[in-house]
Amino acid sequence: MTASPTVPEVGARERFSRWADRHRKWVLAGPSMVFTLLMLAIPLGWTIYLGFTDSKRSVRRDFDFIGFENYAEALTDTERFWPSVGRTVYFTAGALFFELILGMIIALLLWKPFRGQGVVRTIVLLPLVATPVAVGMMWRLLFEPNIGFVNEMLSWVGIAPQPWLADPATSLSTLIFVDVWQWTPMVALILLAGLTGLPEETQEAARVDGANAWQRFWFVTVPLMRPVIIAAVLLRGIDALKTFDILYATKGKGGGSSHDVETLNVYAYGLSFDYNEYGLASAVLILFFLIILAVIWVLQMQRKGRES
Amino acid sequence: MTSATHTRALVAPGPAPLIRRRKFRWGSVGRFVGLALIVLAFLGPIVWMVLASFKLNVQIYDASQALLFEPTLQNYDTVFDPSRGNYLVYIWNSFFVAFMATGLSLLLAVPAAYAMSRFLMNRSALVVLLARIIPGVSLLVPWYFIFAQLKMTGGYLPLILSHMFVSLPLILYIMMSFFDQLPEELEESAQVDGLTAIGAFYRITLPLSVPGIATATILSFIFSWNNFMFALVLAGQSTKTLPVAIFDFIGYASIDWGALMAASVVVTTPIMLIALFTQRYIVSGLTAGATKG
Repeated sequence: MTASPTVPEVGARERFSRWADRHRKWVLAGPSMVFTLLMLAIPLGWTIYLGFTDSKRSVRRDFDFIGFENYAEALTDTERFWPSVGRTVYFTAGALFFELILGMIIALLLWKPFRGQGVVRTIVLLPLVATPVAVGMMWRLLFEPNIGFVNEMLSWVGIAPQPWLADPATSLSTLIFVDVWQWTPMVALILLAGLTGLPEETQEAARVDGANAWQRFWFVTVPLMRPVIIAAVLLRGIDALKTFDILYATKGKGGGSSHDVETLNVYAYGLSFDYNEYGLASAVLILFFLIILAVIWVLQMQRKGRES
Repeated sequence: MTSATHTRALVAPGPAPLIRRRKFRWGSVGRFVGLALIVLAFLGPIVWMVLASFKLNVQIYDASQALLFEPTLQNYDTVFDPSRGNYLVYIWNSFFVAFMATGLSLLLAVPAAYAMSRFLMNRSALVVLLARIIPGVSLLVPWYFIFAQLKMTGGYLPLILSHMFVSLPLILYIMMSFFDQLPEELEESAQVDGLTAIGAFYRITLPLSVPGIATATILSFIFSWNNFMFALVLAGQSTKTLPVAIFDFIGYASIDWGALMAASVVVTTPIMLIALFTQRYIVSGLTAGATKG
């Protein structure tokens, strides 16, 4: 490299500093990009490749390229694959539904200042930061059919004890409740931040026009909040689709002995690490990833479509 | 209640009465009931878990001792009993992994967030944010075998790297929305005064970003501390983190509920204490970017 003619005799340090400055975009962003690509691209490529092989027991031992056979096996499997797709959709949709409604109610309650606001906000934050596995264990005790406090409380009002997590018919719904308990605060905080950013004048104008509280909420606040609501759905939806900790902590391997809470994530985890069916697991995971991408794409379309 | 708030704004403030009687309003009652329910619903189960951790199993089974009981520390003795596995080591593991993952991610992600925010590198940002949406399990099998080939399984490095994979996009996301709001002029004037562009970033922008960095650090630490799945696969017996170690108290036949609750309290207490003291940072971090639309 030749030294610049205008500034003669520059040291190596100086030259490096100028080089770094000229390419600062990549000097600053490069390490993060390299880390992510190493941790993401190579493993993902490997997973895509494994999805086309009959790899079992060990990914290092010999295995054959079998084309789309794993995909065919997964997509025709009505015993484990499709039910787990159904559970994933049911769990995510159910959790999102209640989290949005309750989150909006909590956000509205916390919107206007009141005495003790700080304390309430702190309490709302607690489920959100609590370790999900511990939260799962906590609810496992509370929902315990014989000694759990939930059934004890129900007995006070004369309701017979329910099996909750013990019964395959009710366990997934019970876990929706646990997810709602833990993550409604997240939705509430996002919506609250959105409410705080709303222009005050629109509310006033609607009030002057004679709109009552419900009308102001439904016809003024909600449409204005639409982008924030979609952002909350996106953030929470992606994580709800991938829920693992609570399901594993409360029901154990394979989503319980009758797979009653086996969502796609739990199913793929079990295929990988309990049964070492790496080929099939990889195909299932790629399908799962495609579903997530499709959901995000639809939601982004919603957001952009309304903006233009 | 609509008319009440409306008229109050129009009436000029008169002399304040000595005793201010509030008008009884159903709206404020509903609000109070709602807030009370929120507190009960979110705090109640946590209090219950803490209480159970101070009970013997017979006391947990006995509804009459729900709130009034003689507390015992026996469960905590069980948790920290060295013959059952060393919980102090697991606490250290959780702390060390979360600390290292957060620190290294900050080193990589803060400059990257700055560059991506200033140079509008949306496509590059998308690559990193892809890490947020991909199901972790799909990377876990290759990671496991790569780490096994490199003879690193059971050590700290695989754990730290996998937790960084979560922390880095999180920090990047928070810091990008922070830098988006920071005026560019400050750096420009510093460059006029003779600093290089990178120098201006380190000497001017970085000190101004302390609140954003605090937010990113706290959230990254919390998420890393709480992470379960990666440690479940990648941790060895001696590098187990707390969320994985909880399972030691679930046997095939029976569950030691008292010890299980004590173990759960041990995991959640540090993170809740952090949350109590830093809540305003946490809230700003969780909502970062979400409200921009």
